[in-house]
Amino acid sequence: MSVSPDNHRPLAAVSGRIVSGRNAFIDTLFRNLTRAFAVFVLVLLAAIFGSLLVGGWGAIEKFGWRFLITEEWNPVTDEFGALVPIYGTLATSAIALLIAVPVSFGIALFLTELAPTWIRRPLGVAIELLAAIPSIIYGMWGLFVFAPVFQQYVEPLIVATLGQTPLVGALFAGPPIGIGVLTAGIILGIMVIPFISAVTRDVFELAPPMLKESAYALGGTTWEVVWKVVLPYTKIGVVGGIMLGLGRALGETMAVTFVIGNAHELSASLMAPGNSIASALANEFTEAVGDIYTAALIELGLILFLITSIVLVLSKWLLTRLARREGKQT
Amino acid sequence: MLSLSAATVAFGLFWLAWILLVLLTNGAEALGPALFTQMTPPPGSDGGLANAIVGSLLMVTFGTLIGTPIGIFAGTYLAEYGKSNLLARVTRFFNDVLLSAPSIVIGLFIYAVYVAQVRHFSGWAGAFALAIIVVPVVVRTTDDMLQLVPNSLREAAVALGCPQWKMITSICYRAVRAGIGTGVLLAIARISGETAPLLFTALNNQFFSSNMNKPMANLPVVIFQFAMSPYEEWQRLAWGGAALITLSVLGLNILARVLLARKT
Repeated sequence: MSVSPDNHRPLAAVSGRIVSGRNAFIDTLFRNLTRAFAVFVLVLLAAIFGSLLVGGWGAIEKFGWRFLITEEWNPVTDEFGALVPIYGTLATSAIALLIAVPVSFGIALFLTELAPTWIRRPLGVAIELLAAIPSIIYGMWGLFVFAPVFQQYVEPLIVATLGQTPLVGALFAGPPIGIGVLTAGIILGIMVIPFISAVTRDVFELAPPMLKESAYALGGTTWEVVWKVVLPYTKIGVVGGIMLGLGRALGETMAVTFVIGNAHELSASLMAPGNSIASALANEFTEAVGDIYTAALIELGLILFLITSIVLVLSKWLLTRLARREGKQT
Repeated sequence: MLSLSAATVAFGLFWLAWILLVLLTNGAEALGPALFTQMTPPPGSDGGLANAIVGSLLMVTFGTLIGTPIGIFAGTYLAEYGKSNLLARVTRFFNDVLLSAPSIVIGLFIYAVYVAQVRHFSGWAGAFALAIIVVPVVVRTTDDMLQLVPNSLREAAVALGCPQWKMITSICYRAVRAGIGTGVLLAIARISGETAPLLFTALNNQFFSSNMNKPMANLPVVIFQFAMSPYEEWQRLAWGGAALITLSVLGLNILARVLLARKT
């Protein structure tokens, strides 16, 4: 392929005219080589989707849409339904967001508006290191250290207070056993704090200083400036960051596997053991015998990948919208 | 307001400090020469993690060696050739989807296309799964970093009659060496602790093996297996391995930041 004259790439056109012979050949080669690898990334993603679809086809064909709403998970009779792991994945991620969103908001606020300048960077790095700890470490720590403390001191307290309230009481009923959906959700919450706070901090810094200074000049307090000026300006970006954290929480495997309890039962109480898609895969995949069992697990993987991809696409769309508006105003 | 917001920062740091403290106190008694020289023991006896450490090093090395060039080439296309044409935009977008793909799904993928075809678990399968995690990280960093290279540098090179491939390899790459290096370091840090994609690719091995075509012991899966076991010796080793992995990963992260900070 020859180097085409292209208005967007004056450089290529210019160098194409000057360079000839051996160099022109290498140029074409290099250009096509890099393009092949860019295409490879796309092929890779398509192949992942394709292989999951093929691998899970047996289950998709056999159970159809019923798979999504069936509670039963019985390897003996080959009856599989994804309701319990789907519920577990969504419930743990929801708890994680309930914890991580307000905390991350506070962290971003502190690091952009309130903290003395010299301390911002070291504190920011320390928070980011939370994201660097491997998830299996969170799992071990959760199972051996956090769960016993939680069981002994926190859960009895929750049962005695929240457990007694009408309507939501059923969510917090039952014996305190330390592991379960609630514990997994809390640990996930800690794990996604660095992701959400990093994006929130970045978008808070996008708020034009002019707007903030005007608000301060009108006598606004820091809280009023953040709540009524910075947040409305950046809300799309903040939501994008939250979605990014949600994507992380949904796909997290090892931390959840350690503490969720791995029970294929649907319980009303958040304190009862449950299961998530990722932990079901981690626990059962290598031991799965029979084609339908394996196919059902692969279909679970496909569902998980679809959910996280949709969440990511939404978050990217929101963040791009904020960036575009930013571009228009400056 | 100030105190409330400072409290959220303290909340975040509290967990970091607690986890590190637990790791150091529990890991300290297992962290010794035996950890690096002896093999993983059968239940009920003492041993080390030598085979798992070697296996992890091998798989992380090969994963990085496979994933990095793919990532750099693809990233180069995005920043230097594609810029904002359709292929570049689509690739950038789906690269981010790949970046956020749950690592266990990547394990499933390698199981389906490699392990199930050759009919045995192997070190290579583990390395391939890790490579797929490396690719999107490196694509992203290479793309971002190359876009920061001032166009005047490129124009100066072209004005001297430099062909484009030479301009990219000996001028642009040189300008972003530190940046791409940071990206690769962060990718290594990320795959060093990855457990989920190795569960059904490399599996595990009780014995020492440097044969990449056989199931291979590796730190994360050994930690998982030992931590979930009822044996005290195994649990102690799991804590030792956990401390080792966390210290290396945090070290890599800090090193990457220092490198980047010195460059900019």
